[in-house]
Amino acid sequence: MQTSYTINDFKSDQYVRWCPGCGNHAVLNSIQKAMSEIGISPDNTAVISGIGCSSRLPYYVNTYGFHTIHGRASAIATGVKVANPKLAVWQITGDGDCLAIGGNHFIHTVRRNIDINLVQMNNGMYGLTKGQYAPTSKRGFVSKSSPYGTVEDPFNAADLCFGAGGQFFARIMDVDLKNSQEVMKLAAKHQGCSVVEALVNCIIFNDGTHKDVSAKDVREDHTIFLRHGERMIFGKDRNKGLIVDGFKLKVVKIGENGITENDILIHDAKCQDKTLHFKLGHMRAPEFPLALGIIRDAEAPVYDQDVYAQLEEVKPKHNFKSLNDFFMSLETWEIK
Amino acid sequence: MIVTVKELDRAVIRFSGDSGDGMQLTGTLFSTLSAVFGNEISTFPDYPAEIRAPQGTLSGVSGYQVHIGNKVYTPGDKADVLVAMNPAALKVNVKNIKKDTVVLIDVDAFDENGLKKALYKTLDPIEELKLGSVQIVSVPISTLVKESLADSGMGNKDILRSKNMFALGLICWLFNKPIEEAMHLLNRKFGKKPTILEANIKVLTDGFNYGHNIHASVSTYNIQPTEMPKGIYTDVKGNEATAWGLIAAAQQAGLQLFLGSYPITPASEILQELSARKDLGVITVQAEDEIAGVCTAIGASFAGNLAATSTSGPGLALKAEGINLAVMAELPLVIVDVQRGGPSTGLPTKTEQSDLLQALYGRNGESPLVVLAASTPSNCFDFAYTASKLALEHMTPVILLTDGFLANGSSAWRLPDLSQYPAIHPPFVHKEMQDKWAPYLRNEEGSRYWAVPGMEGFAHRVGGLEKDSRTGAISTDPANHQLMTDLRQQKIDNIAKVIPPLQLSGDSQADLLVVGWGGTYGHLYSAVQQFNEQGSQAALAHFNYINPLPANTEEVLNKFKKIVVCELNSGQFASYLRSKLKLKGEVLQYNKVQGQPFTVEELIQHFTAIL
Ligand SMILES: Cc1ncc(C[n+]2csc(CCOP(=O)(O)OP(=O)(O)O)c2C)c(N)n1
Ligand code: SF4
Ligand SMILES: [Mg+2]
Repeated sequence: MQTSYTINDFKSDQYVRWCPGCGNHAVLNSIQKAMSEIGISPDNTAVISGIGCSSRLPYYVNTYGFHTIHGRASAIATGVKVANPKLAVWQITGDGDCLAIGGNHFIHTVRRNIDINLVQMNNGMYGLTKGQYAPTSKRGFVSKSSPYGTVEDPFNAADLCFGAGGQFFARIMDVDLKNSQEVMKLAAKHQGCSVVEALVNCIIFNDGTHKDVSAKDVREDHTIFLRHGERMIFGKDRNKGLIVDGFKLKVVKIGENGITENDILIHDAKCQDKTLHFKLGHMRAPEFPLALGIIRDAEAPVYDQDVYAQLEEVKPKHNFKSLNDFFMSLETWEIK
Repeated sequence: MIVTVKELDRAVIRFSGDSGDGMQLTGTLFSTLSAVFGNEISTFPDYPAEIRAPQGTLSGVSGYQVHIGNKVYTPGDKADVLVAMNPAALKVNVKNIKKDTVVLIDVDAFDENGLKKALYKTLDPIEELKLGSVQIVSVPISTLVKESLADSGMGNKDILRSKNMFALGLICWLFNKPIEEAMHLLNRKFGKKPTILEANIKVLTDGFNYGHNIHASVSTYNIQPTEMPKGIYTDVKGNEATAWGLIAAAQQAGLQLFLGSYPITPASEILQELSARKDLGVITVQAEDEIAGVCTAIGASFAGNLAATSTSGPGLALKAEGINLAVMAELPLVIVDVQRGGPSTGLPTKTEQSDLLQALYGRNGESPLVVLAASTPSNCFDFAYTASKLALEHMTPVILLTDGFLANGSSAWRLPDLSQYPAIHPPFVHKEMQDKWAPYLRNEEGSRYWAVPGMEGFAHRVGGLEKDSRTGAISTDPANHQLMTDLRQQKIDNIAKVIPPLQLSGDSQADLLVVGWGGTYGHLYSAVQQFNEQGSQAALAHFNYINPLPANTEEVLNKFKKIVVCELNSGQFASYLRSKLKLKGEVLQYNKVQGQPFTVEELIQHFTAIL
């Protein structure tokens, strides 16, 4: 039996129909790379998506795939995983699919901590329906359905995830393939629901939406890539860092005001207490660097595993071998 | 004084009291012990909508009707014996009793306070309700129970909880039923709580003996056991039978059973029963809403389980888009809709048949699927089994319609011999077909083959977008869409070939054909039988297979001059039949939308009027 795979084993023969330059291409690549590295065959992998440009992804992966209906991929992926926990189950979703119409399913999937890899492509609006605002669009965002700007604040996927009790949250950018591949692999390995928010560009309807953090010239100063066990240092000159000041996070410069490298926080993604993860996930440029990488990767009971564990616990209690055994345990009488 | 014993063929007993009075338990115990004794039974609970309405009020009355005897097909129209534990119960049930009904009351509850709570205007309830002709048996139940348990060391409140057992003892006396079976049942129920068990048995016995000793001016009744087919019996409610039918199908198909569901009256017991059947390996997910209920089931179906979702009308509305995904992806799925009064939240605890058109047509696009309807509490088992078999073998969603009446009603049920049930063979792909297989390749019956994640060499993608008729790749080709639309329809139409033909009961030479479907069977059958016994002539065609209809439907219906379609809605099945068939005879309707089942009496009156 084959146990090692290359990225090509996970590429389908379908022509990838996203616009050239769409950020989804890069995410597809890092997903395929991760799939090839975790040692589960394409036949034992299921990719479930909703509806949106991003949700077309299952067609491009040479696994079992299900392109379902708008917003419901979390629920369908839950069914797949619970029905057969041996499968590696991926959910591919857009920011609209996941956080608007699918918001309820998303938070409950996170809450249950079912072992699926949930990749959310956030392009800040609705691509497939040609450019309306999404729950991720910033206040004042001008779009086809908000010609005068929106008067509502966006969701931050990390806040929602942690609020729902999430145990794994990571953020990646389409323009940063190397780090994306690293994160995706760890997300796939995590037991429980791993949420990866991918900041992707929609070159057609929302070009440059993430440029304040993704543009080459600002990237290093406006983002911080977090790795478990490493100090939270960032910046072009690697001389900026994060410390805790009272209840707040604070950006400091190493070498200024007596700050040394040793004062900078060390990232603990595995810490059970979410408080700091919440703050890290919430950081926004320009006051703070946007946190990339794995913000949280903690262990907790996994839903699908517990469903079967409970089954094994309950079965011996009655020791029914068949439905008939159960019937015979009821109040019955015989007519002779 | 000589106590007379009357022989009866059948009798209807209605237990009613405050929702805290334990009438449901009393009714269940009495029906079970009657069934064990050899009587046919049919029961129907009538719960208040409120969980705990203020004590003693009209809205807090809880009832449980039991029909025992032979040729029992319904819980009965009106009660021959009414147990009224308080004035509210008496008032609420005036409409459910006859001129000469025996009414057993706890006279202690009929004090000024009790009468006031039940909004009586006078202190003479019998006069006020014009019950002059009924036979009132007044028993100071509360006082007697207090005496009975005076030495038990229990508190007053706990003591009075056993009032229902006194009533049960009296009813056992009235119907000459041995109370040993009741004790046995109580033992099973309260075996782990010896104090409660002892108290209940003491009060039950005292109630029974009280009946013997007072020599009340009523005669007692004897209902002989009926000859029933040999076998082991249990009593079953419709929702339990539905749950067990799904388990049976999964067992026969060799698949894991998965239920994705969200609680809703009157369907919740299906979720609850299947959740309890983890001991049989059943997987249930209580989802965050009905949409997730159906969607988790679709995911499980995609992954190769026998997948089902259970709900009632409002939930079916929410599931429509998900069901359509299963139509498009051609995945097996069983959707159980336990109908209740609608529209909107409607009448959650009351029965109705008004989701028929929603089940048939309530989705976007051309969306054919199978619709079945169970017609008795116990045949919910068979139709849940059949729904699963059709879904699995024909790769289609199947909607099984039951209703609040079937769901909560019970009847005695001979345990099934599963080896006599037809085998279930889903069209799984197999290794040898790997080279010529494509995701939408179909077998002779028009079903696509089922390739499940984990099967080597069959990885493929499906989805809700229109697909190429063979490869399953996304296709917007006009001719292909027409073809796929036709293929999906044909697949469902083909099922008419594998379902049983429509059969008639009653007088097949009659001019009048009574037509019904689903949960009204017992009432329609009894009505046609009694109508014919009275010298008139009618036949009954009762449908369990709604879509597709049995192949001989048009032929059978066209043998009759007059057809009256009777249903608990405003005429949905009638209009469906009119749209599907060329009917020659006159098609009349008898409709009732009151949240209540038909009564046999009103049906007979109506048949008489139209002949
Ligand atoms: C029930 C339903 N409502 C609306 C739509 C229309 N629709 C399709 S995709 C989409 C939004 C997609 O946005 P997002 O999830 O962010 O994906 P993107 O295209 O941006 O990748 C909408 C509103 C639909 N297909 N189904
Ligand atoms: S429209 Fe935008 S999101 Fe959709 S494929 Fe094109 S670039 Fe990507
Ligand atoms: Mg989007």
